[in-house]
Amino acid sequence: MRILNVVNKSPFERNCLESCLRLANSGSSILLIEDGVYAALGNTAKSTLIKNDQKNLGFYVLINDLDARGLSEAPMIDSISRVDYDGFVDLVVDHDSIHSWL
Amino acid sequence: MPEDSIFETKGVKKNFMFVCNKAPYGTIYALEALEMIMISAAFEQHAVIVFIDDGVFQIKKGHNTKSTGMKNFSPTFGVVSMEKEDADEDDEIDMVWRIVVEKESIEARGLSEEDLVLETEVLSSGELSDLMAKQDVILTS
Repeated sequence: MRILNVVNKSPFERNCLESCLRLANSGSSILLIEDGVYAALGNTAKSTLIKNDQKNLGFYVLINDLDARGLSEAPMIDSISRVDYDGFVDLVVDHDSIHSWL
Repeated sequence: MPEDSIFETKGVKKNFMFVCNKAPYGTIYALEALEMIMISAAFEQHAVIVFIDDGVFQIKKGHNTKSTGMKNFSPTFGVVSMEKEDADEDDEIDMVWRIVVEKESIEARGLSEEDLVLETEVLSSGELSDLMAKQDVILTS
């Protein structure tokens, strides 16, 4: 079963993303929204969390939340795909269940 | 939709996983999760109750909140235990409950099974990850 994991907390403030990466099944997906988008930046102390993924996870980041934080032009980790709200809906439809890591 | 069908739950049975990942008392999340767990029992739903990260501190033995003026909800986990035992022993109740802690989380916090108020299954991250993939609904709180 494919789970869409939704992470909305900054990796600098909380360990949700780390727990999510530890417990996600290989082949499932992670969508970064709200303050979670800071984890998508390519040049931070937390970039390696996603760069070192060994589970072949799919990574997505919500463009709207990047824009809101002035990060549209910032360097991103290569393996992360950008999605808008329509893309968010497509991801929800394409997966069997959703897990919001509060 | 007819009004009487809005809360029609008869025959609806799902596999729920409740992921408790926050320390008790600092925020209201832990208590709210406990409420959800007890409500799922009222509706006779299958549930896996999981403690990871600081959530394992929720079931640490010996809570005494008296001097802080906060409600000690540790005893409520006794009720969770009773619900599970009832479900295990009573053939009339169609409900399977599991109580799980993540090995890595308790070890990282210097705890062992003996420190916990609940009898739990200790699973590794990998085992827990597999179990997560089998659920219909996963709620973290």
